[in-house]
Amino acid sequence: MAAALPDKDIVFSAQGVTKVYHMGEVTIHALRGVDLEMYAGELVVFLGASGSGKSTLLNIMGGLDAATEGTLRYRDQELSRASDRQLTAFRRDHVGFVFQFYNMIPSLTARENVAIVTDIARNPMSPEQALELVGLAERMDHFPSQLSGGEQQRVAIARAVAKRPAVLMCDEPTGALDSKTGIRVLQVIRHINEELGTTTAVITHNEVIGSMADRVIRLKDGRVDDIHINSRRADPADLAW
Amino acid sequence: MLTLNRKLWRDLAVLKGQVAAIAVVIAAGVMVLMLAVSSLDSIRLSMERFYSSHQFGDVYASLSRAPDTLAERLGEIAGINQVETRVVAPVRLEVDGFDDPVRGQILSIPDGRQPALNRLYLRAGSLPESGRSDQVVISEPFAQAHGLQAGDRLRVIIRGRYENLYVSGIALSPEFVYQVAPTDLLPDYERYAVMWMNRRALGNAFGMDGAFNSVVASLQADASADEVIDRLDLILAPYGGIGAHDREEVISHRMLIEEIAQLRVMSVVLPAVFLGVSAFLLSVLMGRIINTQRQQIAVIKAFGYSDGELAWHYGLLTAMIVAVGVSLGIALGLWTGDAMAALYAEYFRFPETVTRVQGRVVLLAVLVTALAAGLGTARAVWNAVRLPPAEAMRPPAPAEFHQGWFDRTRASRWLAQTTRIMLRNVSRTRLKSALTITGIGLSASLLLLGHYQFNAVSHMIDLQYRKVMKMDVHVTFIEPTSARVLTELKAFPGVEYVEGYRNVPVRLRHGPVSERTSIQGLPDSPQLRGLIDAGGRPLELPGGGLFMTTFLADQLRLEIGRPVIVEILEGHRRILEIPLAGVVDEPMGLSAYLPRDELNALMREGPAVSGAWLLTDAEARPDIYARLWDGARVAGIGLISQSEESIREYMEDTVLAMMAILLLLAGSITFALVYNNARIAFAERARELATLRVLGFSRGQVGWVLIGEIALLTLLALPVGWALGTLFSWLLSLAFSMDMLRVPFHVTHQSYAFAAAGVIAASSLSVVLIFRRLKRLDMVEALKGVE
Repeated sequence: MAAALPDKDIVFSAQGVTKVYHMGEVTIHALRGVDLEMYAGELVVFLGASGSGKSTLLNIMGGLDAATEGTLRYRDQELSRASDRQLTAFRRDHVGFVFQFYNMIPSLTARENVAIVTDIARNPMSPEQALELVGLAERMDHFPSQLSGGEQQRVAIARAVAKRPAVLMCDEPTGALDSKTGIRVLQVIRHINEELGTTTAVITHNEVIGSMADRVIRLKDGRVDDIHINSRRADPADLAW
Repeated sequence: MLTLNRKLWRDLAVLKGQVAAIAVVIAAGVMVLMLAVSSLDSIRLSMERFYSSHQFGDVYASLSRAPDTLAERLGEIAGINQVETRVVAPVRLEVDGFDDPVRGQILSIPDGRQPALNRLYLRAGSLPESGRSDQVVISEPFAQAHGLQAGDRLRVIIRGRYENLYVSGIALSPEFVYQVAPTDLLPDYERYAVMWMNRRALGNAFGMDGAFNSVVASLQADASADEVIDRLDLILAPYGGIGAHDREEVISHRMLIEEIAQLRVMSVVLPAVFLGVSAFLLSVLMGRIINTQRQQIAVIKAFGYSDGELAWHYGLLTAMIVAVGVSLGIALGLWTGDAMAALYAEYFRFPETVTRVQGRVVLLAVLVTALAAGLGTARAVWNAVRLPPAEAMRPPAPAEFHQGWFDRTRASRWLAQTTRIMLRNVSRTRLKSALTITGIGLSASLLLLGHYQFNAVSHMIDLQYRKVMKMDVHVTFIEPTSARVLTELKAFPGVEYVEGYRNVPVRLRHGPVSERTSIQGLPDSPQLRGLIDAGGRPLELPGGGLFMTTFLADQLRLEIGRPVIVEILEGHRRILEIPLAGVVDEPMGLSAYLPRDELNALMREGPAVSGAWLLTDAEARPDIYARLWDGARVAGIGLISQSEESIREYMEDTVLAMMAILLLLAGSITFALVYNNARIAFAERARELATLRVLGFSRGQVGWVLIGEIALLTLLALPVGWALGTLFSWLLSLAFSMDMLRVPFHVTHQSYAFAAAGVIAASSLSVVLIFRRLKRLDMVEALKGVE
């Protein structure tokens, strides 16, 4: 597939990435050899059933976890060989995360939940600016418990983009939301992708969301099953599920 | 970091109950540490400073009478730096407006000058003028007790003659920092006086013209005290010397060094217990916080916070709790420190109590606490940062449970499911349960120790005054006197019963060990002076050998039947060998005993007595005292019933206050432990408990899962506490085994019950608080979402 888009600027390239982990007394083979590339500025949707390894792949690309085997490069940095310290710096400087369950810090307000990231970023926008971007300027001083799920997810997106990351990783960003709220969140993600040119990975098991991507990468049993290039990106507003 | 710090404050606010409980335990540790260390430092420093500025003598000797010309020979003894001869006279005083007899001693000082050794620190007034024979300097505590000032008059009976003396000054002496009558244990400033008078005047009044009966010497830096003592004994023997001794046997100094030794033990043991428990509490609390914040930690790490920053964050949380505890402890320490200093100042009289900058102590307290807290939380913090963020984001695997031993027992069939849950929880977190049991056990042991201390001292006083010293007045004569005096005493109106005893100063030797003490010659079947065995049962003196206190026999490493070398330090000063015939178990003193006629025979004298014990009619006592004092032979009167009373008063004041503090401290530990564990168990299992409620279990049944655990741990902790407490009490009784008094190892059922009751009360309080929380358990909320 890479051959089909020779002029693209490669951000991520993975070769033979596997991941084995132990949970309690069970051993799980989450990834069984993944090869893929991601290009600058594109929006990729990773599709797969639960257990297909998509979250594990995202975690490894985001520097949250280390691959058991294989190589993973972020531009000219080999993440699969990076130390814990280097991974930390990688996350701090380049990656923004959005999680399925928002993962707000419950003891911090919306503004503070964003500030926790801007505190340590190199060239961040202000938390207010970031919240403005997701349309939550007026709810800045609310605690997570005072926000709806969709609002919390938008705060999470604000938190992820406030540092102006090169890469935005979204793990089931709409998984816990109703479809209307989910679409609102997807619009925000697309807006960020277009406005800031942030390379964006969205994980979902919802086939419909795939149509908003530049490319759809399908995972199955820890391997890449299929890569599909959309000729036209759909507007999230036109999606329905 | 700013925002992360804000999270810190909010976390603290949520945990305030637990933070407070832990902070109180830390505070207790810090307070005790501060009190002990600063008291220790202050006493040691005040003592050293007073001793060196006022030339506290190294060696002391008493004798009957030696001419002044002998002083020169004493000064030539190798190793002696300075020597001061003096006259020491037992006296009786009358203070206007005070009816009880007042005893005291007058020490001579060179005419109008400070002595070279044991110089006086003048608080007010001046030394007696040179040549004046009617002026005395009186000790400060005595002056304060009676409100005496320079210029006031005292009527003093010296050798049976009234003298009108005027107070020229008020002073303190390094020899009498702890000012107590020779027959007493505790100071009685109203009834015992120390005074200083011009040498010539006192010599005239006491019949010691041109003579002395007491020697104080200081040693050269490299001199051996033992050699100097031997030389002094040799020279003073013909003059009725009764054996020289070093400063260790000066009562005041001895009390000081024993207090210092006790404080040293206290400054280590108690803070160690409290800070150990708080370290444990912190580790449990931090472990739990980090467990519940697993996902938050993952997210924060995902944002790019480093391990160091996270460790700092959680370290800071610990530090905040420590800071709260330490500040509270320091405040309490400063506050109670004043009370403690006042208490010490009442008993130990220094010109100035030197208190060094508290900074050192505070720093020490902070360091020790931080170390304990660091040790306690390091593992939890390490666990928090070590987790790869992706792993932390996954919900933790279900806790591993296994069937415990109780599942295999027959009884398990009868257990309710809730009891099963409770038992499995206890046995799953075995280390935590064991540490909790140890912690609660420790506080029970503190309670037991406190109660034991109170009880044992009270038991000791009972023994001493009900079974040993059964007389109410104790008269000593200036020199051995014919036993005929007893008949005279018996004839005093109000005297109901009289017994005479002989007392001979001796040095006992066995192998390389020697002890300076005295042999008491007791009358046949004494009624007023009991000898008791270890069980408190009365003993008879069969004769044919020496009896001595177990403590003395142990010091001398002497077994029954083995001979001991007896150097008589009075009269003919022979050296004899007498077998040890038996031991007695007295709580006070280091005496050895013989039947009086045997002792008289050893001394090659007729039926002589050194003193008498009286049983008197309480109402006639003032008259009896007056008549006794008029007899010129009387050197001193011990008011035994009076000293029993003052000891019991002291007990009630100090020991009860100490008990209350101990109860508070131990209670706070138990409460903090139980409450914290229960809160954590509650937080960790809210979902489980809510599920049970949803399934239809009643509030009581669900509560049992938590409360049963508390009850079980508390019950298991009781025997641990009893065992530890018994051990601590035993160690304390060893630590308190001193020449002067011994606290018997005597733990009563009441002490065990008291310890159990204290712990159960603290547990129950936390049960009530947890149950209130349980009532508010929101089933729907608890079953929702992961976080």
